[in-house]
Amino acid sequence: MNNLIAILRRELVGYFQTPVAYVFIMIFLLLSGTLSFYLGNFYEREQADLGAFFTFHPWLYLFLVPAISMRLWAEERKTGSIELLMTLPVTVPQAVLGKFLAAWIFTGIALFLTFPLWLTVNYLGDPDNGIILGAYLGSFLMAGGFMAIGACISATTRNQVVAFILSLVTCFLFLLSGFPLVLDFFQLWLPQPVVDAIASLSFLTHFSSINKGVIDLRDLSYFVILISVWLYANMIVVRARKAA
Amino acid sequence: MSGSVVVENLVKIYGDLHAVDDLSFEVGSGEVLGFLGPNGAGKSTTMKIITGFLPPTSGRVTVCGHPVETQPEAAKRCLGYLPEGAPAYSEMTPWQFLNFVADIRRPKDRRGRLDWVIGQLGLEPVLHRPVDTLSKGYRRRVGLAQAMLHDPRVLIMDEPTDGLDPNQKRQVRDFINEMAKDKTIIISTHILEEVEAICTRAIIVSAGKILVDETPEELRRRSRYCNAVTVQAELKEPVRTALGELEDVAVVEPERNQGLTLIPRPGCTLEGAVRDVLLRHNLKEVPLHIQAGRLDDVFHTLTHDVHE
Repeated sequence: MNNLIAILRRELVGYFQTPVAYVFIMIFLLLSGTLSFYLGNFYEREQADLGAFFTFHPWLYLFLVPAISMRLWAEERKTGSIELLMTLPVTVPQAVLGKFLAAWIFTGIALFLTFPLWLTVNYLGDPDNGIILGAYLGSFLMAGGFMAIGACISATTRNQVVAFILSLVTCFLFLLSGFPLVLDFFQLWLPQPVVDAIASLSFLTHFSSINKGVIDLRDLSYFVILISVWLYANMIVVRARKAA
Repeated sequence: MSGSVVVENLVKIYGDLHAVDDLSFEVGSGEVLGFLGPNGAGKSTTMKIITGFLPPTSGRVTVCGHPVETQPEAAKRCLGYLPEGAPAYSEMTPWQFLNFVADIRRPKDRRGRLDWVIGQLGLEPVLHRPVDTLSKGYRRRVGLAQAMLHDPRVLIMDEPTDGLDPNQKRQVRDFINEMAKDKTIIISTHILEEVEAICTRAIIVSAGKILVDETPEELRRRSRYCNAVTVQAELKEPVRTALGELEDVAVVEPERNQGLTLIPRPGCTLEGAVRDVLLRHNLKEVPLHIQAGRLDDVFHTLTHDVHE
C-alpha cells in the first residue's frame, strides 16, 4: 500500500511540475464551459440542470484523456526510468494502479474545478442536486474508463504520439460501439448476440442514462468492470514487454 | 551457496539471438566484479536479469539467498542498481527523486541516509534543480545516490563511469572503492583501466559466454606484454641487433622514441639478459621498464577470435 501511495504521489506531483497540469485544466475548463454555453444552449434551454454541460464530456475526454494517459508508461520506456521503477521493490500491480490512480485523480481535480457551473445553476434556479452529483460521478467513472484504456495502450509503446493516437481510436470505438457506424461493420460477419454484446459496450449508452439521473447498478458496474479489465491488461503488457 | 549473488546456467534468448548463453558465476561479499566485454556481449542483459527487471529464458539467480524469480521483492530489497545511462525522472529535483526512492525503500534511518548519500556524492549544490537541467556527472551521481540510499548489500552498476570526464570518473571510482569493503559489487564496463582501478575480479564475456574469470593480475599475465622489457633510449644499430638476437626474445617492437620493446617467449624473463647486453655496450645508465602486461591486449586477443 505504501508503495502504491509513493508511486501515486510521485506521478501526481509530476503533473504539477510541468505545464501539463495547467494546460490540461485550463483547456478542460475552457472547452467544457464554452461547449455547454454555445453548443449546449445552457441559457436557452431555460432548465436549471447541467445536462448541457455533461453531454459534451464524452467528447472532451476522447481527446483530453489520451493526452494525459499517453505519457504514463511510454515516457518511462523512452527515458529508461522504467528500469529503475521496476527494480525497486514494487510489484507490477502497485505500479500500474499507482500510475492509473494518479492520472484518474488528476482528471478528477479538473472535473472538480468545474464547480462554478454548479453554483451558477443553483443561483439561477432550483436544480435537482442529486442528479447533478450522479452525473458528476458518472462523468468521473467514464474518465476512469478512458484513462484505463489509455494507460494500457501507453504501456505497449515507447512513442507518446503513437500511444495518443491508438488510445484515441480505441476510446472512439468504445464511445460509439452502440452506433451504426461501428455496428454495421460487425453486423456483416458476426452473429446477432455478439453484435448486441458489442453494442452494450458503448460508453455513450451507459453514460447518457447516468446523465439523465438514472443511477443503475449495471451502468456503474459497467465502468468498474471496464476499468478493471483494462488495468489487468495493463499489468500483463507491463510484465511482458518491460524491456521492449 | 555462499555468494551474495549466485548465477546458475543463465540463458536469455531474444528471437534466435542468444544474448546470454549458459552463464554461471558467484560473487561474494568484499568482491568487486568487473563485467567486461565488447558492446552487445550480454553484460547489460545479465545485469537486468540479476536485478529482476528481465525474466531469464532459463537458469536462476539468487541474491542474498532470495531467488529473484520467486521472491523478487525480497531480492530487490537487498540490492541497489544503477541502470545504464542512470535514468531518472527528469522533471523532479534530486531531493524529490531521492525522497521518492526513500518512500519505497524505507531505510531505517531515513533522514540520516538521505543526508549521507547527499553528502557523499556532493549533491547539495543541485539538490533543488530539476534533473534534466543537470550535467551528466551530476545525473550519474544522482543515480548512484539512489542505488546507495538503503545501504544495500549488493550493488550493481551498469557502466557507472561511461560518458564522464576523467575527474568525474575518478570520483565515481573512489566512491566505489570506499563502498567495496563489506559489499558485493558488480560493475559492467568496457573501460579496461577501470578494471585495474577498482575490480578484484574480472569476467570477460563475449556473445553471452564467459571467456575468462580471473583477477585483473592473472588476466594481465595472459598478455604477451607480460614481462616485456622496454628500453627507453636511442640505441645504435649493433645494440639493436644484439638485443634482437637474444634467445628468449620472441618479437621486437620499435618504440616511438627510438627505443625498443622486447617481448619474451612465453614463460621467459628477459631483464637479466638485456642488462648484460647493455653492459657489454657500455650503456649502464639506460632505463629499463618491465611491463606487467596490457589488459587491452588480452581483451582484444580474447574477444577478437570469437567475432572472426
